[in-house]
Amino acid sequence: MKSSFVALAALAVFATPTFAQELPQAVKARQGQFNIMALNLGILGGMARGTVDYDADAAQAAADSLVAVSMVSQPALWPEGTDSMSIDGTRAMPAIWENIDDVMAKWAGFGEAATAMAAVAGTGKDAIGPNMGALGAACKACHDTYRAPE
Amino acid sequence: MRTFLKLVILAAIVGAGIGLWVTAPDRVDAAKFDGLTGDAARGETVFTAAGCASCHHTKGAEDKLVLTGGMEFVSDFGTFYAPNISSHPQQGIGGWTLEEFANAVTRGVNPKGQHYYPAFPYTAYTKMVDQDLVDLWTYVQTLPASDVASKPHDVGFPFNIRRSVGGWKFLFMSDDYVMEANGNERGRYLVESLAHCAECHTPRNPVGALDKARWMGGAPNPSGKGTIPPLTPDKLDWSAEDVAYYLESGFTPTFDAVGGHMTEVVDNFAHLSAEDRNAVAAYIKALPPLGD
Repeated sequence: MKSSFVALAALAVFATPTFAQELPQAVKARQGQFNIMALNLGILGGMARGTVDYDADAAQAAADSLVAVSMVSQPALWPEGTDSMSIDGTRAMPAIWENIDDVMAKWAGFGEAATAMAAVAGTGKDAIGPNMGALGAACKACHDTYRAPE
Repeated sequence: MRTFLKLVILAAIVGAGIGLWVTAPDRVDAAKFDGLTGDAARGETVFTAAGCASCHHTKGAEDKLVLTGGMEFVSDFGTFYAPNISSHPQQGIGGWTLEEFANAVTRGVNPKGQHYYPAFPYTAYTKMVDQDLVDLWTYVQTLPASDVASKPHDVGFPFNIRRSVGGWKFLFMSDDYVMEANGNERGRYLVESLAHCAECHTPRNPVGALDKARWMGGAPNPSGKGTIPPLTPDKLDWSAEDVAYYLESGFTPTFDAVGGHMTEVVDNFAHLSAEDRNAVAAYIKALPPLGD
């Protein structure tokens, strides 16, 4: 009896984190693309703020990576039933699926902002700041309505 | 026995009198605006810092300066809808006087003498300086008119008795600042009055008043899932420069991007001066740690 209780308790302890990590592949993939975006925005933003020295090659590579992410086809990353009301571990609100055309238009807006950044990122530090503003606006445009708070 | 009954009746009358006095609308002394002239350009800065359009525009509208209202605010007491505060003379506030505007914004009293619900952050705006109020009034009159009628609030008994808000104000509304200025008057004014940050970042007591002992300690999100994050230094380890950059760009130090209603706040702060963003950041970094 006692041993089965211990076994149950152990199961509970080990099972909980396993459940939390079992996200659908599509969710892991879209969260991965946002992490790639954040990493590269961080390289550019650090240069814009002056916390990192400007490096034309690194800036261009970061901007090119943003453009590359913007070209990843999105529908496969957003299957039905992967919203924040249906599963844990995502902040993607159900409204995304009710307004998928608007979401994809805003995603295209990110692509335009990334392309504009890539056109000038290698030309000097001063070009980065304004384009960071445009990229931030593109991110906000979606997060405003479609991402739940933590 | 009859004497006792008389005493009870007397006590009831006195009690009712005190109740009426306590719950009566408190109005501004309009004479304090004599000699002040409004400046629309300065008023635009007040308008931006106070975030008026963030709540009073219609969600999804192209032009956020058309203050049609309609945005919903879910609470434990019911659902509030931001009213039309455009310059329309009937549906908006175009027919108001400066005094009526001042009573609304800084006292939470409408032109008919009724209390507004504190979903409208007049408990913060009550600290607005007179010149800013006059400038703001001058500016909002220049904005477009919208003829859409305001949507009535969806609030059940007993909270639908507006007079009861008077008692709430008597208990919880104060002109006093929460933090010492410590040389940062501008930052304190922006955070505690105009930008009314505490309205979301500070938890509330069971009757909906801010718990000032947990100032900026974070709070449940009133309109849905998740929490509004704490800003105290034991919980938010960003530097002052990080806070200022976030308010300018919407990017966190790890380059996640701002979400939810905070996107509106960042849109506003992006249009204010770097000095103002730095003043807010300095105020945030000077908050006392609260622990758990």
